[in-house]
Amino acid sequence: MINLAWPDSRHNWGKLLITGCGLGLLVGVTVSMAGVYRGMVEDAEVLIGGSGADLWVVEQHTLGPFAEASRIDDDLHRSIRQLPGVRRAINGSFQTLLIQRPGRSLRVLVAGVEVGVPGGLGQPPGLVAGRSLLRDRDELLADPGTGLQLGEVVPIRRKRFTVVGLTTRMVSPTGDPMLFVPFRDGQDLQFLPGNEAIARQRRRRDRPVERQALTNAVLVQLEPTARPELVAAEIERWLGLTAYTRPAMQAAMVGKLIEASARQIGLFLVILTLVTTTMIGFIVFTLTQGKLREIAVLKLIGMPSRLIAWMIVQQAVALGLFAFVLGTSLATVMAPRFPRHVVLQRRDLIAAAVVALASSSLASLVGVKAALGVDPAEAIQ
Amino acid sequence: MISSAPPPPQPERPAGIVVSGLRKTFGSGSAAVTALRDVQMRVEPGEVVGLVGPSGSGKSTLLKCLGAVLTPSGGHMELGGQLVFDGDHWLHPDLTRLRREQIGFIFQSPYLLPFLSVRDNVALLAMLLGRSNQEARAAADQLLADLDVAHRADAMPNRLSGGEQQRVAIARALINRPPILLADEPTAPLDSPRAMAVMDLLERLAGQMGTSVIVVTHDEKILPRLQRIYVVRDGVVGEGQRERVRDAPVRFRSRRLRNT
Repeated sequence: MINLAWPDSRHNWGKLLITGCGLGLLVGVTVSMAGVYRGMVEDAEVLIGGSGADLWVVEQHTLGPFAEASRIDDDLHRSIRQLPGVRRAINGSFQTLLIQRPGRSLRVLVAGVEVGVPGGLGQPPGLVAGRSLLRDRDELLADPGTGLQLGEVVPIRRKRFTVVGLTTRMVSPTGDPMLFVPFRDGQDLQFLPGNEAIARQRRRRDRPVERQALTNAVLVQLEPTARPELVAAEIERWLGLTAYTRPAMQAAMVGKLIEASARQIGLFLVILTLVTTTMIGFIVFTLTQGKLREIAVLKLIGMPSRLIAWMIVQQAVALGLFAFVLGTSLATVMAPRFPRHVVLQRRDLIAAAVVALASSSLASLVGVKAALGVDPAEAIQ
Repeated sequence: MISSAPPPPQPERPAGIVVSGLRKTFGSGSAAVTALRDVQMRVEPGEVVGLVGPSGSGKSTLLKCLGAVLTPSGGHMELGGQLVFDGDHWLHPDLTRLRREQIGFIFQSPYLLPFLSVRDNVALLAMLLGRSNQEARAAADQLLADLDVAHRADAMPNRLSGGEQQRVAIARALINRPPILLADEPTAPLDSPRAMAVMDLLERLAGQMGTSVIVVTHDEKILPRLQRIYVVRDGVVGEGQRERVRDAPVRFRSRRLRNT
């Protein structure tokens, strides 16, 4: 049987190409937004999983240190270390602040961690250049996304740090690149007041300001035989803190911190899908309206309605597939240039293909309805 | 031109079109409008018959009933020897198939599909009847050659002149060798020589294929080419004579006929 969809599409190629390109951009945006969400989840998993911590101990009843402020005494890690099943416990400070770069300011998440080797507790999982932190002060590991170079001296508040290593990709749950500094420096950046603040407080209280010995979280590594839930329960019972296992921490990150972004992205995805469906429906309807006379003639001379409907469905689905291929290709090409980490997963691409096919098939019903409504008698004046 | 080869022997055919007591009423009650009243018609195979009358007289309604796109309100209708309408219902289970197999249509405008080549426009209906693409295209080429447009077989319709397009439309209507051919003002857009050429074709093809042809027309100059003429007036169809139609009062003739 002759295929009518392809010759008709070839005849209307300009209209279909422009529509397909527009739809492709929409699909590209849709896929990219899904990729941004996946990137956020992946970053969160790297942040939590890559730290090597089996438990995250934070201030009681908080979701710290990323989703909520958490402050605990910086000597509690010693108490935690005494509990059965705990192999190691270290302090960790986490603070978001702005650093100045040539011509711009850059928001970063500064993690204060104890000196150690890459992949160790609290350390970034790996380095792409340079070395790990060796000194207790003034050294810095940077995510390549900061644009910092090895050996570069970076002023942060009252301190100056030298970049000694570049980490593999490490970003905060909100996408800010991370810096790793020695814990004491991280503590100072967060809790040590500036000169003006010290002077002001002295004037107000007429007594010296005491340095606060605080940290945001304690990262705990357990013995291989220890059960994280039991140790977490022990910590909460005896020390009045909140302890999250790794899965609980990841769930808290994804569920609470990324939830708002996920909802926004989800809403955008729904809107974009509706827009895509509407556009395909509109163009298919317009194309059908443009050939009502031909359809009436086709019906009159004996073309079965199902073949006419099939032609319209084929065109709509081809339009959807074209948009999918163009959109995913654009998303793949643009992903590395995107300001956020974009992860294009196969399951998302399959889902996008299914949605494109479903929405284009659905949209074709508008044209099919219009075509089926044509009376063959209209061909006779 | 038509192939000089002798036409294949045709099986004995009954009357192409037999209509008796056909009527069509639109609406109901006091708003009812009767478009056709007790129509009696008979068109033999190979006969080219005219259907004339003023605008609004019921020609198109009759053509739509004969073309199985409008259901009559009563009467009987045989197409190609087959009773297809009886009383108040169609006897054929699939009217689309009936049209595809039994009826060819030619319109005032060719209405060729703009996205198909001339050859595929003609071959399409043959493919719908289950012939292979190759067979259908070969048959289309033969018919296009008969109609002297074989050299435009690969062209798209918008590249053809009006006369060429009309010949392609005729080829499309005849590709399945239908026993019935309904032509709705096929010569209206054509000048006199081309109109005569189209009538030549219809006459020859009707003769060769044994097709019963009904030509709806306002075109006075083709009246002499019609073997018989049915005159439609206020829904009543009667057989007329060419001379009487030509000499009929102005009110009986459509504006188009007057202009011609």
